[in-house]
Amino acid sequence: MTREEALFQFLLRMGDNTLVLGQRVSEWCGHAPVLEEDIALANTALDLIGQTQMWLNLAGEVEGKGRDADKLAFLRDVWDFRNLLLVELPNGDFGRTMMRQFLFDAWQSVLLGRLTNSAEPRVAEIAEKAGKEVAYHVERSSGTVVGLGDGTEESHARMQAALDYLWPYVGEMFASDAVDEEMARAGIAPDPAGLREEYDALVGRVLGEATLSIPEGGFFHKGGKDGARHTEHLGHMLTEMQWLQRAYPGASW
Amino acid sequence: MSRPSVEQVWQWLDAVPDPEIPVLSLVDLGIIRDVAWAEDTLQVTVTPTYSGCPATTVINLEIEAALRARGVEKLELRRQLSPAWTTDWLSQKGRQRLEEYGIAPPQPSGAPARCPRCGSEQLEKISQFGSTPCKAQWRCQSCLEPFEHFKCI
Repeated sequence: MTREEALFQFLLRMGDNTLVLGQRVSEWCGHAPVLEEDIALANTALDLIGQTQMWLNLAGEVEGKGRDADKLAFLRDVWDFRNLLLVELPNGDFGRTMMRQFLFDAWQSVLLGRLTNSAEPRVAEIAEKAGKEVAYHVERSSGTVVGLGDGTEESHARMQAALDYLWPYVGEMFASDAVDEEMARAGIAPDPAGLREEYDALVGRVLGEATLSIPEGGFFHKGGKDGARHTEHLGHMLTEMQWLQRAYPGASW
Repeated sequence: MSRPSVEQVWQWLDAVPDPEIPVLSLVDLGIIRDVAWAEDTLQVTVTPTYSGCPATTVINLEIEAALRARGVEKLELRRQLSPAWTTDWLSQKGRQRLEEYGIAPPQPSGAPARCPRCGSEQLEKISQFGSTPCKAQWRCQSCLEPFEHFKCI
């Protein structure tokens, strides 16, 4: 694998994470428990889609085959997606959606902080831009996790159930492979394992305040970031997201 | 026509309203980062507010329309991501107009200083997000009116 090929894969991972989560979160539009939360979810989704445009456009530029963010988003099938399994999981209830958001926001905020020092200036400038938005996201999602976790008996039970369900998908964020090794060697991105300590400190503090317990055991699901084995859910999501381009190839306005 | 000066172009851009908060001009918003001539081409450098803000496309169209209407023929719009846009770049005039319009201007503390309607400092946050990516929703506990706060980033 050349450095350019590894960079392309890395950028797909960044862009597919925000794309898939952005699409998932946007499914809440018009369905959230209260209007303010509906607006907040839609705005979060909008930020994520905006970040997707930056990452995937750069991915297309690095690949050099004339693909832009739209082509990468709408003209690839499941096996070409490089997102973490965590972000493709169905929304579940509002509590699970916010728990997933928090677990992702916390990771993204740590990662983007490191990427602002990337040896690749185009990566650093996107990280700088996205990092400001993500700082705001993590503030909101951690506040909601604390509010619901340390809330009523019902909300607490739901947040603990959400954490139990989602925690086995967190480990994939910190697993390294050949792409990560190449990015670390080039000084473009940090070794994922090196983010764990900062992540655990942040997540541990918030979950502690939320009176929630992190499940024991080190098992984690993987297969999203390298595309080897996505969950069954991603394909269903893509049929909806990509419907227009599948039904009317090349449609534009 | 003779080539307009860079100062002249800045003045023209200061007359182009933001499509979502029309009391602010694009210059007030701080998103015009540079205006320069490269031979006979006018280069205008713009930075996005939020990466997914749908107004960005409209803003580019409006810059182009405004400058074409003034007779600028060769125009290049450039996008610049770094340094990332910050609400510190909002002009003083813009901050004042926001408040008169009913939107509390951004504060470094992250919370509005006072209710833009009655001036009370007894405020509560309703939601960290609002009707556009750049605003949050607050309520005044004195006059009980909800209002928007321009997020500080």
